[in-house]
Parts: sequence; C-alpha cells; structure tokens
Amino acid sequence: MTTATDTVSVTRDEVRSASKWLFVAGVVMLCIWVLLPIYFLMINALSSPEEVTSFPKRMFPSFDLASVTFFFKFQGVLRALWNSVQVASLTMILAIGLGAPAGYALSRFDFRGKEAFRFLVIMTRAFPLPLLALPLAIMFIRTGLDDTILGLALVHATLALPFAVLITFSLFSGIPVELEEAAWTLGCTRIQAFYKVILPLALPGIAASAVFAFVISWNEVFAAAVLTIQNRTLTAFLLQSLDVSPLPLKFAGGAMLVLPALIFIFAVRKYLFAMWGIANR
Amino acid sequence: MPRLLPYLLLLPATAFLCVFFLYPFVLVAMESVTREGSYSLDNFQRMVSHWKFGTAMRNTLLLAAVVVPVQLALSLAMASVVTKLSTGRSTLLYIFAIPLGISDLAAGLIWLAIFEQTGFLNSALYGLGVIEQPVLFLSYQNPMVIFAAIALAEIWRATAIMMVILVAGMGLIPKEYGEAAEVFGATAWQRFRKVTLPMLKPSLQTALILRVILAFEVFAVVIALGGTNFPVLMEETFQWQFTLQDRGVAAAYAMVILGISVAFTILILRLLHVPKGARV
Amino acid sequence: MSGNRNRSLGAALAAVTTIYSAGVLAEPLFWSTQANPIEETQAMREQVLSGFEGGVDYQSSELGPWLTRLQAEAGAGSGTIAVLGGLHGHFSGLEDNLADLGDIDSSAVKSALLELGTLGTAEQKYIPWMQATYIMAANKKALEFLPDGAELNALTYDQFVDWMKAMAEATGGPKFGFPAGPKGLKHRFFQGYLIPSYTGSMVTKFRSEEAAAAWEKFRELWQFTSPASPNYSFMQEQLVSEEVWVAWDHTARLADAFNERPDDFVAFAPPAGPAGRAFMPVVAGVAVPTTAPDMDASKALVAYMLKPETQIATLRATNFFPVVDVALPDDMPASVRLSGEAIAAATAASDAMPALLPVGLGDLGGQFNQVYIDTFERIILAGQDIPAVLDQQGDALAAIVEQAAAPCWAPDEPSDGPCPVD
Repeated sequence: MTTATDTVSVTRDEVRSASKWLFVAGVVMLCIWVLLPIYFLMINALSSPEEVTSFPKRMFPSFDLASVTFFFKFQGVLRALWNSVQVASLTMILAIGLGAPAGYALSRFDFRGKEAFRFLVIMTRAFPLPLLALPLAIMFIRTGLDDTILGLALVHATLALPFAVLITFSLFSGIPVELEEAAWTLGCTRIQAFYKVILPLALPGIAASAVFAFVISWNEVFAAAVLTIQNRTLTAFLLQSLDVSPLPLKFAGGAMLVLPALIFIFAVRKYLFAMWGIANR
Repeated sequence: MPRLLPYLLLLPATAFLCVFFLYPFVLVAMESVTREGSYSLDNFQRMVSHWKFGTAMRNTLLLAAVVVPVQLALSLAMASVVTKLSTGRSTLLYIFAIPLGISDLAAGLIWLAIFEQTGFLNSALYGLGVIEQPVLFLSYQNPMVIFAAIALAEIWRATAIMMVILVAGMGLIPKEYGEAAEVFGATAWQRFRKVTLPMLKPSLQTALILRVILAFEVFAVVIALGGTNFPVLMEETFQWQFTLQDRGVAAAYAMVILGISVAFTILILRLLHVPKGARV
Repeated sequence: MSGNRNRSLGAALAAVTTIYSAGVLAEPLFWSTQANPIEETQAMREQVLSGFEGGVDYQSSELGPWLTRLQAEAGAGSGTIAVLGGLHGHFSGLEDNLADLGDIDSSAVKSALLELGTLGTAEQKYIPWMQATYIMAANKKALEFLPDGAELNALTYDQFVDWMKAMAEATGGPKFGFPAGPKGLKHRFFQGYLIPSYTGSMVTKFRSEEAAAAWEKFRELWQFTSPASPNYSFMQEQLVSEEVWVAWDHTARLADAFNERPDDFVAFAPPAGPAGRAFMPVVAGVAVPTTAPDMDASKALVAYMLKPETQIATLRATNFFPVVDVALPDDMPASVRLSGEAIAAATAASDAMPALLPVGLGDLGGQFNQVYIDTFERIILAGQDIPAVLDQQGDALAAIVEQAAAPCWAPDEPSDGPCPVD
C-alpha cells in the first residue's frame, strides 16, 4: 500500500501491478498460515500409527486409513453424530430466536435497564461453565431435562446467546434507521418493514450468529459429558477420551470432529456477506 | 406500545438467561463467599495466598495483552481482504474461517504436533538441514518459547471469531462512501482509517468484547503446550474444583475471571463508544 | 430464585422433551474414570461387560464431568448411575454418597486391598476392581550405558542417576522422562517411591534430613531428565517416539510401548534408596452411589466385576491386573508379560517396601497430593532451597492430615491420632 505514494519514479501501471502483487502475496501468506496446521492434522490422521510417532515426520500423508476407520467401527458413533447435529441445530434456533429480537431492541430503543441487560449477557459468557454445570445438572435431574437433546441445547444456547445478541446488535446498529422509517412512510407496518428491509440486511449477522451457535455447541465437551448419558454428543463421546488415547487415534479423532463443523461453515459461508453495500457493485 | 416494545423483545432472552444462567450463577457466587456454612472471604483469602495465584493472573493477562491486539490487526486485515475481492471471495472467507470449526482441545493437539520435539517444526528444520538434532522447544527452561507457542496457537485458533464479525459488519458500509473518498484522492490507507474504521465501530466493539472475554477463559491450548509450566486462571479454577475438591476456592477464581472480564468490557465500551444515532 | 417457579417451568420443558428422549429401556450405567482411552473404553464394552446379562452402558469420562455428575445426582436425590468406577483417590471424599457393599461376597479379594475400600469408615464403600503399580521402562539402546556391575532389577538411586548421566553425556541430551505433566502421576513417585526409599516414611519424615537427601538426589537426576517433562503425561508416547529412552510410569501408561514394540523395550523394578525399595500399588474400585436406581442390579454388576473371567478380560482391556487370584492364560499381551516380571522383581526384592495409598483423607486427598506436587515444583522447577521448602510444605501436610484426622498408613508406623509430621 505504501507504494501508492511513490508515484514519482514509476508509472501508474507499475504501481498497480506491484501493489497487486503484494496483495496476492499477502493473501497467499494468510491462507498458508491458516491451512498449514490443518494440513498437519490431516497428515497425521491419514498416516499409519508408525508414521505418526516417527521422526522426522512425513510432509505428505500416506493415506493409511487404519486410524480413521477405527472410529467408524466404534460403537455408537453414528448415533452420537446425529445427537450432535440435533443439539447444534436446536442451539442455533434458540440462540437466534432469543438473541436477534434482543439485539434489535438494544440497537433501536433507549430504555431503562438496557445496560443491565447488556451486562447480564456479557456475564453469561465471562463465567466459567464447568462451575455452572453442577447446579444446572441438579436442576435438570429434578425436572427431567437431564439426558435430553433439548436440555443440552438449552445449556449450549446459554453459551451462544451472548454471541447472537451482541452480533445482531452491532449489525442492526449499522443499518440506518432511516431505511426503516422510509419503509414505514411507504406504508409498511413495523413488522413488514422489519421483514422486507431490515432482515435481508441483517442476514450476515444472523448467519454469523448461526455459525457461532453451531460451532459452540459442536465443540462443547464439559456440559455434554455431564448432562448426556444415553444421548451422548459426538464431542462428549470422542473428545474427552482423545486426550489420553494413543497419538494416532488422537489425530484421527480430532480430524473427524473437525470435519462436520467445516462442512457446516462451508454451507453458510455465502450468507455472511451482506446483500447490500459491498454486494451491490 | 412502542415503550413496551423493547421490553417485549428482551423478555424471552432475559427469562431464558435468568433460568439457565443467573440462577446457577447466584448459587456458585454464594459458594464463593461461604466457608463451612457461614459467610466469609476465606475462599478469596486462600486463593490469593496460594503461591500460584499471582503467576496465573499475570500469565492470563499477559497472554491476552499479546494475543488480542495481534488478532485485532490480523482479523481487520483478513476482513478487508475478503470484502475487497470480487472473485473467489466466499472461498477465501471460508479458508479464513476454518479455525472457527476447531475446538480448543483439537487446536492444542495440532499445535503440540507442530512444536513437540518429534513434531513437524523439528522435522521441517531437520529436513532442510538447519538442525542436526531435534530441538526441544517446549522446555520449562525456555518460558518465552512456551509463551510464544501458546500465543501463536491462540492467534491461529481464535482470530476467525473476530474476522467473521468484522466481515459481516463491513458488508453494511455503503460502498459509495469509499468511492467518494477515492474520488477526492484518499489513499487506501486513508479510506480504511477515515471511512471503514469509524463505520465499523459497533462490530469492532462486539468482536473485541467477545474475544477479550474468551481470552480470559483460555485453557485447553495452554494445557496442551505449556503443561504445568504456564498456569492460567481457568486452569487453577479446574484444579481447585476437581482435583483439590474445594468448590469454594474454585468459585472464588470464577468470580475473579468474571470480574476482570467485566472490567475490560467496560473499558472497551468506553474506548469504542458508539454514539447514539451513529447509524450513518 | 423461587425453586417452585423453576420447577414448574422445568416440568413444562420436560413435557416437550419426552419426544426427544424416546425411552430405551435403560441398561445399568457404569460411570467410570477408568479405561478412558478410546480403545480401552471399546474393549470394556465389547470384551468385559458384554457378558453381563441385560448389557451394561459403560461410560468413561474425565474426573471433572465424572465428579460433577455424581455430585449432581447426590444433590438432586435421584440418579441414573448404577455403578461407579474410579481410582482409590477418586472415591476419597465421596464416602457419604456411597452405599455399603458389605453384603457382596468379596472374600476372593486380598484383605489388605479390601481394607482400602472402607475409606477409613466402618462400611465397605468400594470393592477393589483392579490393580496396577508403577515400574521403570527402558529402550534397549539405553542398556549399554548401565554402570559396571549394576543389575537392572536391583539398581540403587545412585546407580540410576549415574546411568542417566552417562547416557546423557554419550548421546548429547537427557534421555530420562518423568511424567510431570498436568495429567502425569508425578506425585505418586514422591509419595510412594522417592521419599519412602530414603526415609522409610511417606508422611512422618516428610521434612527429615533423609527426605532432604532424597530431594537432593532427585535434583541431580533432574539434570539428566528431559526438560519437556512438565508436558509429559503418558510416558508410552515419548518412549515410542524415542524422545526419551528411560521412564518411570504407571504400568497401564507404559503398556502401548511394550505392546507396539515388545522387542525394543525392557521393564524393570524401580531403584532402591538407603531405606529400601519402595513401591506403591494403584487400586481402582467399583462402588454404588446411594442414588442408584436399582440397587440389586448395581450389586449384581459389582459382583460380576470380581469373577475370574471378568478380571482376566479387564486385564486385557485396561492393562490393570486382577485383584483376585487367577491363573493367567498364556496368550496375554506383551505388556502383561513385561510389566508382570518387573512387578514381581520389585515386590519380591529382599528390600521391598510397600507404600500404601492414603486412607482416611476424605475430600482432602487432592490437597494431600498437591503438597507433594508443590514441593516438586518449588524445589526442582523453581530451584528453591530444599530445607526451607520442606519445612513450609511440611506445615501444610501436617494441617491436612490433622484436619482429616487420618492415622498413619504404611510405610509409616501406625499412630493413635492423626499421623504426625515430625
């Protein structure tokens, strides 16, 4: 970017191509930074146990599937996977359904108790969950929520709600209130205006909240391990024992847990872009 | 009606948080100020007088102080790059967002595989002929290396959280603003500072608050790379709750984590104040 | 917070959830901290528990969730856990939540082990389920550096340190590995090996001159110990990757190395100090929480765990040895043969000195261990003055033992009141 100021000795085209080159190099570097560790995980997941423990390590996987297939034979993996999907989906619905209206209210209105609410939301995220698990588990056992998909989703939604509230709040704050008002003057009701004007604009924020809710639920171990027995999630099922499992299985299991989350992010990635602003070229 | 509307909108979330957060929270908070059935600050006393408390506090703050600013810069760069592209945009966003899908436990696993003595870094250096014998990076005698490894792993793992929030926020900045600035001869850097950053304030605030709070709860990556060499607050909380079976002191630690999180949240809110009607 | 409101709200939610929790007729839940590695969990289900009529739902978790779930069921007054599996230390402090198992026929179990299961109370709180101990393992490449005249199974700490020194000097780096990581069992080394070998005591002579000499020796050994040790938890990993050549650890945490490359490793008895060759058993037990849904089914499962066939299957699955006398078949894994020989060498040595697990500490068991861990971290990692640290930590130790009112256990002499710290 600094090259743009040195226009004295070089032509405009040269500057452009130089800065373009810099830009591309930067993007490539960032991609390598993000992808390289994932690549290492995949090498280890797809190599034979001997290769995983050997030195020096191979830089290419040998596509030995012994470790990965171990998991598919593992009793109950598919069920746990299905449980995880259900819990994560419910978490998403709860977090957005409860969080988005709250985010909208915070961005559009001034009212007493606004700050108190914001602090409640932030506190929720700032307190270590493993300590809350005990009173929650007692409550769940007493009420019959124990060992249910919904019960765990409620806890995960508590973790995801701050993300949903704060992200939708910041997004709604970025949408000019005049747009909404314009819609009202054109005869829309408040609700219509919200659906037709605001919601499409806020879609990226809602998509981002959905991603967070899904990922938080997907990767949460502690509450899942305490609150589910018959209905174990995949993470509770695999991850907490990975730590003490032999190295090759650690990586294969780690890779297996990562995959569904990556598929989910892939599916929603395009909603993260606004339909307006950068999109209306 | 309009006066009640905000309350109606907040009601479901508030009721939900009261049952599933506030109620258990109050119970744990009570536990932190109770010792053998009576109110006392004994738990806090015990916590503070334990020889690891100061180190854990210092490490946690230090790690956040190093990691969060780097992540802020990196996530801004990533978000700018993504929004700037016209082709391959969603692919690039996806690549940048990948670490989001990786739990902290798995991230610790991956980075340990890089830094351990028989790990990928040593393999690469050995393969390139830089070293003749694998180097021991994560030795208790090199606390700085351990710190750097933890910081790198955290930066890698948790930058995507901020990036995604910022991408969503940048999408709402009307392109015309940037174009207008360009017409007046503003450089890319000037456009970024004078147009993008101010307009991005609400998202920046959110991204920073969430990231800072999570930084104070850092745990799994630290355990994986630092072992017992690098105590942090969350690690001590676990230790007291489960290994030492002293829930009172664990609750006291949790209150401390909450306290510093709230303090930093207030600080961020002050520093990045979003004025009313700042909606363009 | 009104409990009532929560309850009715919860009931409403529960009504919704019944669609999700489609009722499978529940198998008894075996809630365990053991056999946590994923392959062992699988083996527990398929090989050990499949023979129990009606099936068992075996779930293994880390200590945190295990304890939280257990405490929650106790707090709620009703539960789903049928049988608990855990180490001796895990049950310590849970005495009030465990049912008396005195009416189960456990006569086949050695009485010394059964005694541990009372947790210092008058009731049988848990029944021993399996046992293990700690041994040394070495890569065969290390053997050429053994000092002259030293015999592998009869080493002293002096010889051992000389050996590690010679090896470190010859190979250019420390080759001894010690499990000092967050999940490592380092405290057991100090409690059951190092300190008793020098003092003949675990508690009473904690701050004696002999104990100081022991720490002095360990500090010497530490120079030849891999500095990555504070990251190590299961030494089999570093042995297989050859990051270290010699290690001390739990038999079950060395087993993978023996099984993967049985011809490359040897197992041997831990070294001896001036007072003897101390060693410590590991005992895992099965218990029944007072909130178990079906007490008879729970007790039937506990009794099933003691059957000889079950015990042998458990050994194969977890590398923990039986607590009852059984004839082992010939086709046991290499780890059983190798570690079995080392255990025999340690226990049958003329200077053998068993150091028992702490009894009667209740929920202070974790803090008792922490004293030894803190002592290690201060003396070895932080390099603090040995007598000063021992003095301060000795005070902490005395306070814990006194608060728990725990009398001495072996190798300390029996005491009337709380075990004294001289």
